Amino acid sequence: MSAVEDKTDKPLISVRDARLHYKVGGALSALRGRSNLVRAVDGVSFEIARGESVGLLGESGCGKTSMGRLLLKLETATGGEVLFDGADVAGLSGERLKSYRARTQLIFQNPFDAVNPRLSIRAILSEPLENAGVAKSEREGKIISALELVRLPQPAQYLDRYPHQLSGGQLQRVVMARALILQPDFVVADEPVSMLDVSVRAGVLNVFRDVRDRLGLTAIYISHDLALVRYVCERTIVMYLGKVMEDGRTEDIVHEPLHPYTKALVAAVPAPHPDQSHAALPIGKGAPDPRNPPSGCVFRDRCPAAFARCAAETPALRPVGARSVACHLY
Amino acid sequence: MTEALLSVRDLKVSYKVGRMSIDAVDGASFDVPKSSIVGLVGESGCGKTTVARALTRVMADNASISGGQMLFEGRDLAALPERDMNALRWRDIAFIPQSAMNSLDPVYTVEYQLNEVLRRRGGLDRRQARRRCEELFELVGIEAGRLRDFPHQFSGGMRQRVAIALALALNPKLVIADEPVTALDVIVQRQILDQLRDLQQQLGISVILVTHDISVVAYICDRTVVMYAGRVAEQGPMATTLTRPAHPYTMGLRNAFPDLQGAASGVLTPIDGAPPNLAMPPPGCRFAARCPFAIEICGSIAPAPVELEDGHLSACHRASDAAALRERAALTQTWMTEA
Repeated sequence: MSAVEDKTDKPLISVRDARLHYKVGGALSALRGRSNLVRAVDGVSFEIARGESVGLLGESGCGKTSMGRLLLKLETATGGEVLFDGADVAGLSGERLKSYRARTQLIFQNPFDAVNPRLSIRAILSEPLENAGVAKSEREGKIISALELVRLPQPAQYLDRYPHQLSGGQLQRVVMARALILQPDFVVADEPVSMLDVSVRAGVLNVFRDVRDRLGLTAIYISHDLALVRYVCERTIVMYLGKVMEDGRTEDIVHEPLHPYTKALVAAVPAPHPDQSHAALPIGKGAPDPRNPPSGCVFRDRCPAAFARCAAETPALRPVGARSVACHLY
Repeated sequence: MTEALLSVRDLKVSYKVGRMSIDAVDGASFDVPKSSIVGLVGESGCGKTTVARALTRVMADNASISGGQMLFEGRDLAALPERDMNALRWRDIAFIPQSAMNSLDPVYTVEYQLNEVLRRRGGLDRRQARRRCEELFELVGIEAGRLRDFPHQFSGGMRQRVAIALALALNPKLVIADEPVTALDVIVQRQILDQLRDLQQQLGISVILVTHDISVVAYICDRTVVMYAGRVAEQGPMATTLTRPAHPYTMGLRNAFPDLQGAASGVLTPIDGAPPNLAMPPPGCRFAARCPFAIEICGSIAPAPVELEDGHLSACHRASDAAALRERAALTQTWMTEA
């Protein structure tokens, strides 16, 4: 596995001031004085070391999925750069793009949407191998070992089945096997268990952890659920309205969140047992309008600790102890 | 236990699929006490939504109540003529459907939709309806100025609040909420749950909250009813069922949930396998095939609910052994099957 053999200490991923701005609405909303620019990702920077697992945490509209798509070059940054193994992904083409595509993979949210229902499991798993030019004779063996990797017992029995004949948990393992079959270095998992029942969710998460460790994968786990992120990632990046609010060790974030937004996010997670806090959340109501974010700090209109400087000046992401926080309080 | 507002007794709901009849709910019994929140919890296909819909008798065309009773203030909803049932809807029993966010009609303002219920169902005149709309919006924390807005102009959380306002419009005694926070972000989810609890206490109503998420149950429910494969596996006071579960399925569910307050090293343990096909349910306990504690009798005889303490029932042949089983259920290796 190249990720394991490669002992360079250069990060596998470097994101520098990445921006992804979308134009929405038409001339009419512009005439009404509304901005028609959505800053889905707005000046995000971070690095990911080889073999590291990082959670991208935030609520809908925070830009976590857009960030994941930038990392996989499913979208092209409108500003800044995304470097994979030292090369700007925006400039990749031809053979180098092909090799990058094989080295990076996405695990989708809803397994039933992620596969073609008319294809058998064999055909679903053959496709990436075919694209990578793997000889026909070798494909079956690789498919079986990929299914073994994701702990589907007696994998041969699944090959001629169709997606609807599998349970959600089984199909998500197939989707995972498809992402892993070309032995990628980097995987983005976008809410991979949110569509699954709780009793099978744990199994899929355990497989994810296990496979990642065994293959030495570098992984991004996108989720709105801190409890799940904590289960799979040692590091967490918290996003809000396209910007990074806090970036640090997951345990630090869970036990002592620094950014006021992270504090609210941690406090909001309900526990699966009766003894828990029912205190009001330290956050203002009202969802932000991504087209008209507040000046200065994007979180300030919901922040219980906001003061004058927060409206005037956008806080930069600065190191605070072992982590980074974008807040004027620190 | 306080007096029940609703008593469901041995409820059966069947779906006709081709020539087959599938019992999606096969003998469910539980009570909803006055002024309480009951969490109806289970995984997809366990029958929780079917129970909720049966209670309002708004069901799919191929579904029918094939047995049992649903006693609401002494009247059996299952036997009520449609006319009388219709008179109860909204006025006594209101329903917040799954993805209530999408259940609002996009082409009408929310005021129009509230008015429909208030005037046509409640018989209020225009002025009274207007006042009630404002009251309802205040109740759920939205400015009255937004009554003339269309559903798409609201965020997901606000649309959920509108759906709650709609359900409360005619002061029902029972509100049935089907996964009311499932599609929402954690912060909004928490705000909606807090609001639901506040309103329930303020108005003294009862709520049946259908959910797959035991942390939602732990956060606001008074009682828990755990369903599995069309039957009630366990029920009781919320704190008892979640801290001292007496059915192996509940024990397994608890292991599968991540706890932010727990140790980082905690391992989540899945329950291997899948629920049985309800077209051909197994003869004994429906959980037996996935249960690490199954004994011979579990494969042949369906367990009847056993009352362990006041109001805490478990439909398990080994319920009297629950304390010992809980200890074993806490260990991951208990749930590992040789695969």
